[in-house]
Order: sequence, then structure tokens, then C-alpha cells
Amino acid sequence: MNGAEFSWSEFFHMGGYAGFVWSSYGLALVMVVFNIVSPMIERKRVISRVKRAIKRDANSSQAS
Amino acid sequence: MFKKIWGWIQRFSSPKHFYSISGKLIPWFAVPAALLGIYGLYMGLFVAPTDYQQGESYRIIFIHVPAAWMSMFIYVVMAISAAIGMIWQIKLADMIASASAPIGAWFTFLALVTGSLWGKPMWGAYWVWDARLTSELILLFLYFGYMALQSSIEDQRTADKASGLLAIVGVVNIPIIHYSVEWWNTLHQGATVAKFDKPSMHIDMLIPLLVMAIAAKLFYAAIVLIRARNEVLYRERNRQWVRELVEKL
Repeated sequence: MNGAEFSWSEFFHMGGYAGFVWSSYGLALVMVVFNIVSPMIERKRVISRVKRAIKRDANSSQAS
Repeated sequence: MFKKIWGWIQRFSSPKHFYSISGKLIPWFAVPAALLGIYGLYMGLFVAPTDYQQGESYRIIFIHVPAAWMSMFIYVVMAISAAIGMIWQIKLADMIASASAPIGAWFTFLALVTGSLWGKPMWGAYWVWDARLTSELILLFLYFGYMALQSSIEDQRTADKASGLLAIVGVVNIPIIHYSVEWWNTLHQGATVAKFDKPSMHIDMLIPLLVMAIAAKLFYAAIVLIRARNEVLYRERNRQWVRELVEKL
């Protein structure tokens, strides 16, 4: 900002480009959060899949 | 000598070894990524001066340019990993390639959308079919193609071969994206940072741009390791060590 005094409303206004600038930063935030959360959920899913496979194998080896 | 190195590579690239090492490495990428990201945002939004031509709208650059760089960087990493997996049969390389694709696709998408949000106020259009934009859109489709082949082919080795081949062939698109602004008459502006003479950019604008670019690289490093660890657990699910590890989780 090159104004003499800093003002938040001016900051959020972005010289009239608020919509374009903040949508860009907002999408970047969404992208970062999604990329952190989605592999965490995926990890839980993989672990429960492997656990089910272990149980299945244990049952089938008992049956035979 | 060669045998020794080869043995070392094989040991290091074993999924089991990778799993334990990468678990320790992740915070060393994730924490600096977060700190640099916050610092870069602060510098970009509060310290960098207003552009004399574009006003405040140019601040999209601090998202757009790092995202566009990452979209190409991750693609090259993915293609090289796929090639290593194909030539030397290193399973870990295939896992890195497949873990990279969705992250690369996200960065490409972010670069396209932020570019569009920057294009509207500056060029008067959200989209134009010019060489830079079109080749970047093709990059997004290459990522989608890779991911589609990965998920649609049942046999993992066949999936890696088919998708890897696509990734390697698609590398021709990378120099096309980079040089598109020179080879064709485009609306997109030319390189301001990655050129041989001095970058034509104010230092207070250049610093946040580079900080954000480094933060994005570290972010990718952390996320690709997390994703590759998931790949290890899934693809090696019939191994004893994975089963022992999972039962403790």
C-alpha cells in the first residue's frame, strides 16, 4: 500500500480489484487445505482397508 | 563400485525404508513451508508496493506465478519418476509419480483460475485461446489423463506403464508452455523473472514472489511424501511389515 496511513478497509478494497484478488487468494487457501486434508482421509481409508484384509485372511486360514 | 551403488540405491528405495525415513522428513518440509508461506503473504500483501500500471490487481502474481511454476515442476518430477520406475523397475519411483499427479493438477488448476481472474481486469476477458493459456490447459488434461489411467487399470504394473508412458510423452508440452510467450504472439506477458539479464521487477515484489515459490516447493515436498506413504501402505498391503505396522495403528 502506498497510502500515507494504513487502513483495513482500503486494504480489503484492493484498489477496486477486491473480487479478483481475494478470489485468487481464497482459491489458493482452499487448494492448500484440500491438499492437506485429503491425503489424511485417504490414509485412514487405506489403513482400514488393510485391517479388513488382515481379518479376512485370519478367518480364511482358520476355516481351512 | 557400480554394484555397491546399485545395492545402496535399491536399499534406500525399498518402500519399507522410504516409509520410515519419509515419516521423519515431513515436518522438515511442512514447517518451513508454513512459515515461508505466511512471510510471503505478509510481504506480498502489505510490503510490496502498488504496481504503477496494474494497481493492486497485480498482487494475484504471488499466487499465480508460483502455482504456474509448480504445475510445470511437478510434471517434470512426475515424468522423471515414471521413467525411472519404467527403466529400473523401482517401485518407489512409480509411487512418487502417482502421488505427484493430483498435487500437480491442483497447482495447474490454481494457475489457470488465478490467471483468468487476473486476465479479466487487465485484458478484459477471463479466457483467450492464446498459446500460453492453451498449453497450460493441455497440461491440466495431461494430469487428468495420467490420473484416469492410474485409477482405471486394475493391474498396478500395467497402470504404471500406461500412465508413465503418457507422462513421458507429455513432457514435450513443458518447453512449449515455457517458450509459448516467445514463439507466438500472445496476450500473456513475457518472462519477467526467469530470464538471463536482470529480472525486470521491483525488489520488494520479487522477494515475496520468490518466497512464495519456495514455500510452494516445500509444500509439494511435504504433501508428496504423505501421499507416497499412503501409496506404500496400499500397494504393499500384502507384505508382512505393512500388516504388522497397520495393526499397531
